[in-house]
Amino acid sequence: MKSLLFKRKSKSDFLFDLFNYSILTIGMLLILYPLFFVLIASFSDPNYIYSGDVWLFPKGFTVDGYQRIFNDASIWIGYGNSMLYATLGTLISVSFTLLAAYPLSRKDFVGRNLFMWFFMLTMFFSGGLIPTYLLIKDLGMINTIWALVVPGAAGVFNIIIVRTFFQSTIPDEMREAAFIDGSTNTNFFFQFVIPLSKPIIAVMVLFHVVGFWNGFFDALIYLNEEVKYPLQLVLRNILVQNQVNSNMMVDVESYAAKLRVTELIKYGVIIVASLPLLILYPFLQRYFVKGVMIGSIKG
Amino acid sequence: MSLTTKELSNTRLEGNSKIKSKTWIQIKRNYELYLFLLPVVLLYLVFRYYPMYGVQIAFKDFTPSKGIWGSEWVALEHFIRFFESYNFWAIIKNTLSLSFLSLLFGFPTPIIVALMLNQITAKRYKKFVQTVIYAPHFISVVVLVGMLNVFLSPNSGMVNHIITLFGGEPILFMADSGWFRPLYILSGIWQETGFATIIYLAALAGVSPELHEAAIMDGASKWKRILNVDIPGILPTIIILLVLALGNIMSVGFEKAFLMQSDLNYDTSNILPTYVYEQGIQKAQYSFSAAIGLFNSVINIILLFVVNRVAKKLTETSLW
Repeated sequence: MKSLLFKRKSKSDFLFDLFNYSILTIGMLLILYPLFFVLIASFSDPNYIYSGDVWLFPKGFTVDGYQRIFNDASIWIGYGNSMLYATLGTLISVSFTLLAAYPLSRKDFVGRNLFMWFFMLTMFFSGGLIPTYLLIKDLGMINTIWALVVPGAAGVFNIIIVRTFFQSTIPDEMREAAFIDGSTNTNFFFQFVIPLSKPIIAVMVLFHVVGFWNGFFDALIYLNEEVKYPLQLVLRNILVQNQVNSNMMVDVESYAAKLRVTELIKYGVIIVASLPLLILYPFLQRYFVKGVMIGSIKG
Repeated sequence: MSLTTKELSNTRLEGNSKIKSKTWIQIKRNYELYLFLLPVVLLYLVFRYYPMYGVQIAFKDFTPSKGIWGSEWVALEHFIRFFESYNFWAIIKNTLSLSFLSLLFGFPTPIIVALMLNQITAKRYKKFVQTVIYAPHFISVVVLVGMLNVFLSPNSGMVNHIITLFGGEPILFMADSGWFRPLYILSGIWQETGFATIIYLAALAGVSPELHEAAIMDGASKWKRILNVDIPGILPTIIILLVLALGNIMSVGFEKAFLMQSDLNYDTSNILPTYVYEQGIQKAQYSFSAAIGLFNSVINIILLFVVNRVAKKLTETSLW
């Protein structure tokens, strides 16, 4: 086999490789460059950004944008809120997901199909935005953290992924042996299943952290006080609605200068907001790939 | 979906009275497992099943003071009002164009990229490319639309700098309804192509190496092997994902369209989900908005069933 692989490349294969490597490299650069540009622009003098002189390196290096961002309370409040929502939401959802997935993974669990259908029906049918909104309103959950962390907890897809994992990693013999030793279902779950499930717990935690960190829609419809806004809503005001907090530039005089500083702040907040996920990226990549693989086995 | 037949037949085989008591013993022995499920079952009953009951407001004239049950029935009035409204066809056209075009351009790209990546023998380089192209998946929609705004800004954006460099006139991308769809689709490709290759790369890894060896023996070039070995090998995966995507054709991503929407591009950016939001949340026309939402999901379900049926007939691959 080896000799075959190392056989001299034919002309058409050589052309193919040349084409293949070039196209992939160009494609990769097209993905990478915008990200890289945000980074260098956030450190550049906004006058150069405006004149189009920033291309490969920061020009007129400055941390002015970051200073303004760090001095702005709303961004830090948003940061804190997002961390709170992500932590609490992840905790609730992942615990519920694990608890629901375990019985569904057991062949000797009577009613397994019934419960599976009970969950899976919600993938095809749903009440939709307005009935859900009215329910949350009736429950008095508007403008509370609970509206963000409870209704969407333990999604069907996640339950299915975790169930698949349990089915393929927790052998029946192990449970039978533990039961002969007098273990109960609860004991077995906490003493054996959970410790064996660290990889899938990591997948679930990261799925949720990213989801909560990046989500803005629930906060948009359910929250109405700015002090409760998660980071993404604060960002929406700055990046999409162009509303930079006026106290971020009390010292900026002219209208034109204000526009420039706004631009600089925009590049800066993109970096600041993405930083936590950037730090997590090595884990994110590994575990998200794992999650997609497990998810694609069944369902 | 895969667990049904075998287990059903098992229970059916055992389905007599003697076994019934055995089932009962099993339920009692595993009572803890029901307690495990309880919180999530309650959660689903309240937050997923109760709103389905609440969908009836689409057929009523809902007023908060009277509640869901107390409001009066108006039959199909809200639906008829929607169908007859002056922008009904525009909304349908916008929704369908946006999702069909997204699918047309967005669906094949990850397949092509996965096939190309699969041919890369330099392991490190492949890893590096993967690391880069997966990254945009983790960027939030808000940041993505923010990036569109700064890059496409008419006076400071990079894209317009390039256009003026070549002697063109700056384009007001974000304020032009003609640009809404291309921008929506291209930014989607930029963000999701890489991540979507994962599933195809996994499928490609499962293509039997013997087939490739045999093809090499026969002197098949790389290009020929992609066409005759790789693509047939991952066809079932492609079909399943295509069925799923077609079934979801009416549920285009709301969030990005909503964030990109402005009065200036409303002509093309007004799609069903954003219209539901606008009517229901912003204008508090609950019943009208619920009716539009229901209309949307009914079409979705019908589409999913039809597409699945067609795929089953044509290719013997289907979701269920």
